[in-house]
Amino acid sequence: MRYSAYRIDRARLIEAINMLGPGFDVRVAPHLETGESGPGENMVKTFMFPQPEVLFTFKKAPPTADDVDLLREPSLPHTTTLLFGIRPCDARSIHLNGLAYEEDTYFWHRIEGAIIVGYLCKTVLSTCFCQRVGSGPDDTRYMDVVMMDVEGDHDALLLHGITEKGMIFLSQELGPLLIKCGGAKEEIEQSLGSRQYPKDTNTLDTLLSSDLMALYNAPFWDQLKDGCLNCGICTFRCPTCYCFDIQDETLGAKGRRIRYWDSCMFPLFTQHASGHNPRGGKIFRVRNRFMHKLKYFPDRFGAISCVGCGRCVRDCPVNIDIREVLDNLLEVARS
Amino acid sequence: MLEVTGQHRECQEQLRKRARDLLASGEIAAFIGYGNGSLPWVPRPIVVRSPEEADRLVWNSFLTLNLANYLPGVLKELEPPRRRGEQVDPSTLPRVGIVATGCWSRNIVIQVQENQVDRSRVHIIGISSRGMISRHSFKQALGGKEALKIVENDHEIEVTLSHGETMVLSRWEYVRPNCKTCIHPGPVVSDETIGPPPGRRLVDERFREIEEVEAKDSQGRWEWFEEAFKDCIRCYACRNACPLCYCPTCFVDDSRPQWVGKSIETPDALTFHILRAYHCAGRCTDCGACESVCPVGIPMRLLTKKLIKEAQMLFDWEPGMSLEEAPLLGSFSPDDPDIAILKGGEKGT
Ligand code: SF4
Ligand code: SF4
Ligand code: SF4
Ligand code: SF4
Ligand code: SF4
Repeated sequence: MRYSAYRIDRARLIEAINMLGPGFDVRVAPHLETGESGPGENMVKTFMFPQPEVLFTFKKAPPTADDVDLLREPSLPHTTTLLFGIRPCDARSIHLNGLAYEEDTYFWHRIEGAIIVGYLCKTVLSTCFCQRVGSGPDDTRYMDVVMMDVEGDHDALLLHGITEKGMIFLSQELGPLLIKCGGAKEEIEQSLGSRQYPKDTNTLDTLLSSDLMALYNAPFWDQLKDGCLNCGICTFRCPTCYCFDIQDETLGAKGRRIRYWDSCMFPLFTQHASGHNPRGGKIFRVRNRFMHKLKYFPDRFGAISCVGCGRCVRDCPVNIDIREVLDNLLEVARS
Repeated sequence: MLEVTGQHRECQEQLRKRARDLLASGEIAAFIGYGNGSLPWVPRPIVVRSPEEADRLVWNSFLTLNLANYLPGVLKELEPPRRRGEQVDPSTLPRVGIVATGCWSRNIVIQVQENQVDRSRVHIIGISSRGMISRHSFKQALGGKEALKIVENDHEIEVTLSHGETMVLSRWEYVRPNCKTCIHPGPVVSDETIGPPPGRRLVDERFREIEEVEAKDSQGRWEWFEEAFKDCIRCYACRNACPLCYCPTCFVDDSRPQWVGKSIETPDALTFHILRAYHCAGRCTDCGACESVCPVGIPMRLLTKKLIKEAQMLFDWEPGMSLEEAPLLGSFSPDDPDIAILKGGEKGT
């Protein structure tokens, strides 16, 4: 049997991570060292959606050009990206975005070449609400390896392989660099067993069974939009906001096609070439962001397109709070 | 939750009363102010549309957005639909109330000068600002902990953190640099004022922040610029929070011609910032809204502040000080100093 349960020293783990070979692109969340609560900086988003992402390069062909150089796909990296310290909410965002990016080669190339080393939450922030949207601080489902704190001992961490990929990585790459301590398996089982957060499935069911137009026409949108700046903060901070725009950039005879983040909060997002904008007013754009996450996406994919990380709540400069929007929608749905 | 005592508490009570009266008498149809939000340090800009709702209004030291930003939109929303080119007598249109500090009122003056706002449709309640607190330095002071409750007194901010810990901060220490060096904290135009006049000693140190950057050589300034602006994520919150930015199509959104690249790579981000700053030349009031809303702490306000300094030195100009003046860039005087065009780069007199 593969050895896939470890109790290790935090500082030693960070040393071991730094000793991994050049085949790995290692990214470590700062809270792995500090133990700070909350999802932290958005490593997963910038990994899933590089900003900007070069889709291909091209050049103008001279009359006798050799066709191979006309259009060139980027060389996709063959390194394994290691994402260390990913919270359950962020790990789950990869799964949710995958539903919408089902056929996107670039996205899947990155995801398949990655190992998600998750880190369960010991405490939650006041703005965390993963439990309301179908997950929880103990959710290990979307991780290859899971790490967790040891009660009363900041220096210790438990590590446990979950997927085949995670177990192989642990036993063949990271494991040999670690000093194992006995008893980890029981301790992990006990630790996981003690983290039983109740999950809320009622929210999703209520949203799914509600009438789309009743939610769309609810009166609260009108007040909600008042303060909104229609900026990109909430969407750019959000791990489950995945909309993009595409642009060709040229310099002389050469060029590249890039994909970069866009936001449904921007008027340009829906601007037609004719000049007409179907989401011309602020209210349409604000409503779209929340309806997409809480109704359109669930209707289509069976899950809420929000992992409850609370980043948009914390960073919105005018305090538009998706938890209140959710409450308002549920109230309409139940009436 | 955010509670206030002292001077701000009095302002808050009078503000609620006046907004309620104005809405009840029908003098105004809506009032633009701040209400409490779900996080104690982020009050929420709100539009109050009925006298009963006036008690939602709050006044404290955390009001870092410039409410003038919402004024043209709310005025427009209240106009009945009309055909293109159809003239309407403004005196028949609903009026809007707004609370304004010094810089907010100066931005309203600019909106009037630039024909974005009809002065006769606005009722301004002026309050002298005691300086607003920087969210960035407030967050830093908490050292990664969460503020669950704030009680603001005249000179102290009491913060309740998670696990029942408390912390007392001296208010002035966390006031934004633009507020600390502001020489016009009181409203320059208003229909009525509430609260005491500015109580603090006003020292003109407006350009100290700029002088530090100016003291560098050109290489040093370039390095400062690249380093300070490289983390911009192009969310445009700074642009959207600014009352000066009302173009239906912003230059960053133009595609023919495309003035600036769309990525967050450094040359594109820097170009965006230089152009944005220049669009605010002779207009920026240093209200600090742009800097306050930025999620990554870019000091873009220093670019516009440099232009404030230029306009001050060359034209003795301060934006938004009087409704009677024509805007700096919209007027010409034969006495204007000529630093580039006729005298070929020499500094004019
Ligand atoms: S939202 Fe949940 S999973 Fe994410 S950081 Fe907070 S507690 Fe952890
Ligand atoms: S909800 Fe907040 S963060 Fe999102 S666009 Fe509006 S103002 Fe910006
Ligand atoms: S909508 Fe907000 S809380 Fe939900 S995943 Fe996005 S940033 Fe996190
Ligand atoms: S540029 Fe910034 S400081 Fe100047 S008026 Fe606009 S928001 Fe205020
Ligand atoms: S400077 Fe800040 S607010 Fe402005 S676009 Fe960049 S990240 Fe957004």
